[in-house]
Amino acid sequence: MRRFSRDRLTAVLMLLPSLVVLAIFVYGFIGQTAYVSFTDWGRDPAQALAVSPQLNFVGWDNYQRLFTGLLESRFRQDLVNLVFFTVFFIVGSLGLGLALAILLDRGVKGEAFFRTIFLYPFALAFIVTGTVWRWMLQPQGGVNLLPTYLGLPRGEFAWLTSREQVWRFDWNQVPSITAGIVAVVLLWIAWGALRRAQHGQAFGFAIVGLALAAWGLAGGPGVELLPFPERRGFNLALIGVIIAAVWQMSGYTMALYLASLRGIPEELREAARVDGASGFQVYRHVVFPLLGPITLSAMIILGHISLKIFDLIWAMAGPDLATTSVPALLMYLRAFRGNQFADGAAIAMVLLLMVALVIVPYLWSSLRGEVRR
Amino acid sequence: MRRLLAVLIAVGMSVVAANEVEVFHWWAGDEGPALQALIEVFEEQYPEITVNDAAVTGGAGVVARAVLRTRMLGGQPPDTFQVHAGDELILTWVVADRMEDLTFLFEEEGWLDVLSPDLIELISTPEGIWSVPVNIHRSNVMWYVPENLEQWGVEVPETWDAFLEICPTLQAEGVTPLSLGEAWTVVHLWESVALAAMGPDQYSQLWTGQLPFDSPAGVEAWELFGEILECTNPDASGLSWQQATDLVVDGEAAFNVMGDWAAGYMYTTLELEPGTGFGWAASPDTEGVFMVLSDSFGLPRGAPNRDNAIAWLRVSGSLEGQDTFNPIKGSIAPRLDSDLDLYNAYLQDAAADFAVDRQVGSLMHGTVGSDPFRDNFFLALDVFYDTGRNAQAAASAAQAVALQFGVGR
Repeated sequence: MRRFSRDRLTAVLMLLPSLVVLAIFVYGFIGQTAYVSFTDWGRDPAQALAVSPQLNFVGWDNYQRLFTGLLESRFRQDLVNLVFFTVFFIVGSLGLGLALAILLDRGVKGEAFFRTIFLYPFALAFIVTGTVWRWMLQPQGGVNLLPTYLGLPRGEFAWLTSREQVWRFDWNQVPSITAGIVAVVLLWIAWGALRRAQHGQAFGFAIVGLALAAWGLAGGPGVELLPFPERRGFNLALIGVIIAAVWQMSGYTMALYLASLRGIPEELREAARVDGASGFQVYRHVVFPLLGPITLSAMIILGHISLKIFDLIWAMAGPDLATTSVPALLMYLRAFRGNQFADGAAIAMVLLLMVALVIVPYLWSSLRGEVRR
Repeated sequence: MRRLLAVLIAVGMSVVAANEVEVFHWWAGDEGPALQALIEVFEEQYPEITVNDAAVTGGAGVVARAVLRTRMLGGQPPDTFQVHAGDELILTWVVADRMEDLTFLFEEEGWLDVLSPDLIELISTPEGIWSVPVNIHRSNVMWYVPENLEQWGVEVPETWDAFLEICPTLQAEGVTPLSLGEAWTVVHLWESVALAAMGPDQYSQLWTGQLPFDSPAGVEAWELFGEILECTNPDASGLSWQQATDLVVDGEAAFNVMGDWAAGYMYTTLELEPGTGFGWAASPDTEGVFMVLSDSFGLPRGAPNRDNAIAWLRVSGSLEGQDTFNPIKGSIAPRLDSDLDLYNAYLQDAAADFAVDRQVGSLMHGTVGSDPFRDNFFLALDVFYDTGRNAQAAASAAQAVALQFGVGR
């Protein structure tokens, strides 16, 4: 008994320093940022950079302006850019990484050589990747000159400098669209519960999901973000940034997939082949399902890299090119160039919330899994 | 907690270097040697003081200014820092009561008699004088290569109308009439165009809030700006200002509007002779007006080595200091008694203009317009592009920014 408590005491003492440091430098500062985002820090130039600034509480005002203010249209486009960038970046990195991993796994000659080559870009800093790709994507040269080596006319796509926008929608539809997406997720959960024969749970999720879907289909009555339509969409200039990011990170997902593929016992594949499965069917019914967990992990890792992306875009397009900008860039400029510290803090909190949406369910499910084990 | 950290860092630093002066700035690359020369002058006069050359480079000063803000807010000011004379100094640091009044220094050194009153007004409020200007750059200059113009058979346009007339001729030759770079150079062009469209009186009234940005004159400026953009290179947003200058030097573009650091770049880096290798004129419709921007050094309250910082400021404002720094930097000295024989042909010409021209302030380079205004002014550009160059929309956006953040003093 005595020994047990001494053990515990030692453990607590050993953990204490990192707990204190974590509490101050992570959670303390998150708290401070949250507080600042509810103040007017920066609106009065005399207070913005004063020795001890007088901050006034303004509630949700900063957030409201970001989402509905006339002057904050750049934030909204940045947010749209970020969502498109994240989706294409994750899909691209996973797809390319998986393809490379399967190719290598099939026993190519010089596998170690190719593996190293594919993995190298991951070792670079985003700032380096960005600088290199900025040069390659210059409209007058680089990638656009490639076709000329094959005797074709040179490429004309403007890459980073394009101002074209596709898949345009009205910002006012965002609540309806969000409701629709959430509804689909809820209905999917309900379907899962139904298959596990948890009827009560399935019923609950289905009701909420259907209600949201109905609200969304009705055009989201009761919410008006802007008094006028504001067109937002996917900027083609982002394609270049996505290519660079995928180039950098697909080697990493390849390594993850390759490790996972090597972890699949050969007996399983053999058993499938004995049962008459074709090559494709082995992948479809045996290999891919076993890659599920690693795909989820890769998505989480890529997702939070993507939401925080800053240096790549800074290097590729500079701070003021609105077509490729993301909220992290805007946060930096607002706070440290424009002295609008409260606005910067509010953007930071929006980003934190988005990252939390990605990370927390993952942590929750993996922790629950550990306890069960 | 913050104070404790500050004390710890201060103690740590004072142990390392007992007698130094930390000079915080963003001059590097082509601009680095100029400050190095100034440091040498300083160390000759004050051999007992070591200069801590605290350069923070990147993003044309954006990164340095971000670092400076965090240091000031963290209670760790440098001994002296580079700041643009004008509203960037006054509306960011002076209104927040972070600077020391330097009137005593100006009186001791007799600077009130050797600096132009217009310039002193830029760095002053009724409460005092707040920094020591070390150089003068001109924003509204148009650059070209004389030989190339001859070959294409065009003259240097004195008005934007004349420019718009020769624009199709040049385009037919496969030449970009006006080269342009990334976003900030677009704002740089805008200020010259706005000055041209509105004239110096109305342009100056923008920055005192007497004239709204969406006034008829303001909208006209955007209309002219839109016509001029038709004559620029489509890949502008991917180019640095040096690359935009290169287009002119390489004969791919006819003209470029850039501040006169471009002369320094062409003279020092590209080794072209002023007058023959490259030519210059005031940007169209702005002859007789000098759009000024000036780098200066200030003395923050709580500077750890205040006396050494004052010594640095004395050297920065001295004739020897300025005439050593500026010929290398490619700028003219703010002092009117500077020895022009030390300067190249372009700079002598600029100095002659500076002495007689009407002076107005540059928005992009901190002379006029508060930091929040400038930061958000890019919105007006975005609106302009997004609406298919709708002048009224852009002007309204600029005015909305002005209302929200305040323009100037």
